[in-house]
Amino acid sequence: MDIIDIAIKLGMIAAVFGALVNVVPIMVWVERRGSAMMQNRRGPNRIGPFGLLQSLADGVKFIWKEDRIPAHVDRFYYILAPIVSLIPAFMTFAVIPFASTLVIDGREIVFQLADLNIGIIYILSITSLSVYGIILAAWSSNNKYALLGGLRSSAQMISYELSMGIALVGVLMVFSSVSLRDIALMQGQTLIQLGPIAIPKWGVFVQPLGFLIFLTTVFAETNRLPFDLPEGESEIIAGYHLEYGSMKFALFFMAEYVNMTIGSAVIATLYFGGWQLLPGMDFLLQVLPLSGLSLEIARIGLEISSFLVKVFFFLWFFVWVRWTIPRFRFDQVMTFGWKFLLPLSLLNLVLTSLMIYFGVI
Amino acid sequence: MLLKRKKSAVQQFYLKEIINGLFITIKQMFFGKDVTIQFPEQRRVYSPRYRGMHYIKAVNGVENCTACMLCPTVCPAECIHIEAGERPDKEKYPVKFEVDFLRCCFCGMCEEACPKDAIKLSTLYEMSTSERKVYDKDYLMEQRGNR
Repeated sequence: MDIIDIAIKLGMIAAVFGALVNVVPIMVWVERRGSAMMQNRRGPNRIGPFGLLQSLADGVKFIWKEDRIPAHVDRFYYILAPIVSLIPAFMTFAVIPFASTLVIDGREIVFQLADLNIGIIYILSITSLSVYGIILAAWSSNNKYALLGGLRSSAQMISYELSMGIALVGVLMVFSSVSLRDIALMQGQTLIQLGPIAIPKWGVFVQPLGFLIFLTTVFAETNRLPFDLPEGESEIIAGYHLEYGSMKFALFFMAEYVNMTIGSAVIATLYFGGWQLLPGMDFLLQVLPLSGLSLEIARIGLEISSFLVKVFFFLWFFVWVRWTIPRFRFDQVMTFGWKFLLPLSLLNLVLTSLMIYFGVI
Repeated sequence: MLLKRKKSAVQQFYLKEIINGLFITIKQMFFGKDVTIQFPEQRRVYSPRYRGMHYIKAVNGVENCTACMLCPTVCPAECIHIEAGERPDKEKYPVKFEVDFLRCCFCGMCEEACPKDAIKLSTLYEMSTSERKVYDKDYLMEQRGNR
């Protein structure tokens, strides 16, 4: 690995980090405007065109607000908690591939920060860390409501990570790899050819049940409605970030949105072909009067945009579901997780094994 | 009381119900009519019977009031203060006419009691101030919200 490779990697890290940070204000705006439109309201529309600069104004407010630490908290862990919840959120994106490879002058550029051979296991382990941030915040806040939020969060994470892992095993069995790059590459194959339409071997077509289970558990893992019990505004005020204000609260807020982005990216990579072109894009690539390197660059551009479209669809889906389904009661969450999702994911595992054994997939 | 309703298997799987719900929200998003009133630009129009800020009706710049003291007498909140005087043509008129909006309960009895149709309640409802003001005659004589 020479200096140019390192420079390319550093540039890619900067681009990915910048994109992840910028998803937060965009999604906050989308969430506020989208929820307003769904509820027949207007939403923020005063600052900038369509209220687009509202998030910027919020950011300025967060930075300039007094950063007050309440007297009754455990200072060290209180300050540590927002950092602990944000950093794992950013770390996870490292293994997600967002385009295939580009070869310039014999130099291969891989559009992925790190092609770990344990890809998906790395994501699972790092996302489990984010619960520490919530529990640290809850415990160090020295507040009963915050502690309740932390308790709920840990219970919920443990129950749903189980179903999530078992649902993922189905995908790993089908593609017989844990590297996200391999999984995304293999989803380019054709599953069934129906005349002129080729149905690709996307995870959602070979694992429809597994996809539904995974989608549900991702909602639970990111603490989004209908599983936002750790926050639960109407029951435990704001849950684990009750004692936090100004930028410390904003870090928790950012962590939630970055986790949403990671969740969407993982769903897109595992079940919707990752960077694989959206239908119609390969036709566009053939029509374009390009050849050689420019064609390759156009292909990479289309791949990145297909990946982004998939990710943003799921980000929107998070928002959409949030303003449709009310919050579960806590016992309902536990019942749903243990008595319904876990058996269902086991059933999915058995069905997948049978299908692989009889050579259907 | 916990009601146990019988649900069909499809309903218990939730998926169909959730998809139905998602379609309802997206329908509201694109076809729902906004109910928000954009306040400083748009104002809610109240019924003409609404009891808002007071004013003293004036004809050709002369107030209708003859300082008969019926309104301070009937006022349950005792927020009207009138000092009567005499015009050169021997007609009685209010030298001072003050209404304390902070005490006023906007019952509208002053309007009902007034024989000269002088004190009236308009439909204006934006009366918040940064100080505790007692509005004097000059302020009340401005024909704002006249009806």
